[in-house]
Amino acid sequence: MAVELPDNVQIGQLDALASWCRKNSLWPMPFATACCGIELMATGASKHDIARFGAEVFRFSPRQCDLMIVAGRVVMKMLPVLQRIWQQMNEPKWCISMGACASTGGVFDTYSVVQGVDRFIPVDMYVPGCPPRPEQLIQSIIDLQDKIQREGTLGGDEFRMTARQQPKRALVELPGLPTIDSARNPVAWSSEVGRG
Amino acid sequence: MNSDQQAHDALKNRLAEAATSEFRGQARAVVPAEQILEALKFLRNERGFDLLIDITCVDYLRYRGAADRFGLVYLLANTQTNERLTVRTFLNEPEPSVPSMTPLWEGANWMEREVWDMFGIHFEGHPDLRRILLPEEFAAFPLRKDYPLQGRGERHNFPVLTREGA
Amino acid sequence: MPLAPVETLDLAHDEPQDYLWTLNFGPQHPATHTTLRLVLKLDGERVIDAIPDIGYLHSGFEKIGEHLNYNQYVTITDRMNYISPMSNNVAWHGAVEALLGLELTPRCKYIRVLIAELSRISDHLLCNGAAGLDTGAFTYFLYAFYQREVIYDIFETLCGARFTNSYTRVGGLMYDVTPLVIEKTRAFCKNFPKTLHDMERLLNRNKIFVDRTKGVGVLTKEKALNRSCSGPVARGSGVTRDLRKDEPYLAYKDFDFQVCCSRAGDCYARYLVRMQEMWESLKIVEQAIENLPPGPVDVGIDQRTAFPDKRMVYSTIEGTISHFELQMSNRGFEVPHEEIYFATEAPNGELGFYIVGDGTETAYRARCRPPSFIHFAVFPHLIRGHTLSDIVAVLGSLNIIAAELDR
Repeated sequence: MAVELPDNVQIGQLDALASWCRKNSLWPMPFATACCGIELMATGASKHDIARFGAEVFRFSPRQCDLMIVAGRVVMKMLPVLQRIWQQMNEPKWCISMGACASTGGVFDTYSVVQGVDRFIPVDMYVPGCPPRPEQLIQSIIDLQDKIQREGTLGGDEFRMTARQQPKRALVELPGLPTIDSARNPVAWSSEVGRG
Repeated sequence: MNSDQQAHDALKNRLAEAATSEFRGQARAVVPAEQILEALKFLRNERGFDLLIDITCVDYLRYRGAADRFGLVYLLANTQTNERLTVRTFLNEPEPSVPSMTPLWEGANWMEREVWDMFGIHFEGHPDLRRILLPEEFAAFPLRKDYPLQGRGERHNFPVLTREGA
Repeated sequence: MPLAPVETLDLAHDEPQDYLWTLNFGPQHPATHTTLRLVLKLDGERVIDAIPDIGYLHSGFEKIGEHLNYNQYVTITDRMNYISPMSNNVAWHGAVEALLGLELTPRCKYIRVLIAELSRISDHLLCNGAAGLDTGAFTYFLYAFYQREVIYDIFETLCGARFTNSYTRVGGLMYDVTPLVIEKTRAFCKNFPKTLHDMERLLNRNKIFVDRTKGVGVLTKEKALNRSCSGPVARGSGVTRDLRKDEPYLAYKDFDFQVCCSRAGDCYARYLVRMQEMWESLKIVEQAIENLPPGPVDVGIDQRTAFPDKRMVYSTIEGTISHFELQMSNRGFEVPHEEIYFATEAPNGELGFYIVGDGTETAYRARCRPPSFIHFAVFPHLIRGHTLSDIVAVLGSLNIIAAELDR
């Protein structure tokens, strides 16, 4: 005989519950350096409200945050600061690289701008744009929430087992279109210490 | 533009070696490096140029028809008569050096630090001449024409943090 | 701990002051408007000395200026003072056109004045909004940001981008103003005074805000001139210099507005100067939008700098040749082998460009004279003797934009 569960009882995986809690209360650590910082502030303002997604609390202390949004270009003088703040954040932690400058160096291919923050810290979500519209940033937070729900574990194992991480939604190949396959088109990297 | 002519002529009367010219209504003067402090003192104290707009430098390494390597540019303005004057002086390698203008205008402090940082021009008598925009360990003067735009690898020289490590 | 007043403290004294402690303020801090760093020497809460450390956003703008041509570099100038990018565009192309000796069409001048004044309103809204936010007024910040969204909407209708627009070109603009833009600007002019009144009622006589900003960070007139200050920072100290009136450029001669100054020189004075400047800018925007002269927006074909209209390209030989000369990358327009400095009254102060032309379409040297850089040098002088909480108020009143500071 099947047991009738009352309405106020839910059955599920603990991982899914933990991920659901975490994704809906992401506290961003705004690492706003330049113009993308203004769009980040605009996303937090009243027209495009980021508080709807649980991410209202822009705590500036890394000890109290779990989502670092690198908004703006990172120059070589600032990079050790960025790395130190990343290390100060407690797990579980995620990183969104907002804008072209944080993702790849953007328009600034110069002697002092780091060509992509993902060369030196692990990044989970990239938001293209110069600057990205607030709607794009909100979409990236929604995508990150999906990623957390899909891959999250209670003990944070997904951070140690990179094999469990699925390819990002934006990079899933569309049928019929030419793709960039690094095995067939190897890119010659110049000898740089930072290419990890 | 009458008042500009007066500043022009006054400078030329005072310092015979000052070469004055005009372009698109803007008055410029070229002063030899030994007399730049005297010229600017004269302009500030007697001609009333109380506002130092900017101090900057141009590297004429690849410029057609250039005689010297560095051109130091002082932009001045007179708040009472609204006239402007550009005073230039030319410097050469090795050890380009010029007296500091911080005793005349305190705003020159950071402007000269930036010129030192970007071009390597030494300012004698500056209270605190060190790098301002680049890290102290940076070993070159980036705005010189012989330094490449992408740099020499300084921007890649950092440790990599990964998920397992951090 | 000695009870001697702060002003008589002699830092060069050889007695070790071990009651002083050093606090690192920044570069990652909510109140340092992005990446500034201050190393503070504190006696309890009083600031004895503040040593600024900048360069955390130095991206090599001036070096890029030697590699991009005059129309490409305008995209980089957007990213300097990124809260009023249109004023940077106007300043850059103003300098290039001064170098070339181009005379713009009346319509282009009026539109550039319009966008410069809208950017000024946008800049002051953010500056005062952030100053309010740092001192605790969150509602004020939200009101200011909503109006900025309306201005962003106007800019987006005008040229497609909310900010970092790169709207100007050598000899003209990217697009002409459409009737929808005029309609939106008129609606903005109708609705903005109410918000500005609300914002004034929130903070102008608010005891907390006034106590935090009155008498704090006093800059005297002599110091302001000696340290090359300009813009609201200088005008708040009694320097009555405004380039729109003293050296009118574009079409500012045709407009009726006043220059806002104050004698007090403290943070409250700078805040009031900016609020009043927004009223004056609104007046200019209304006058510009009502009196927009008809005609073309780009300079004519004879100057050979702006792309001609497509109909002319397809039907006249001059149009075809002009288009070809500008489009082909090994041609382009003639630039004199000369140097020039051109300054505009940006919201932050005197924003000028010193351009050295070398005959090609790429500048040989593009130097930006950044008001934020000059103003941040004054900061240690302003903060000496005040408390730790005043640092935030003073920084907010100086409107330091890190990208302009470091370039």
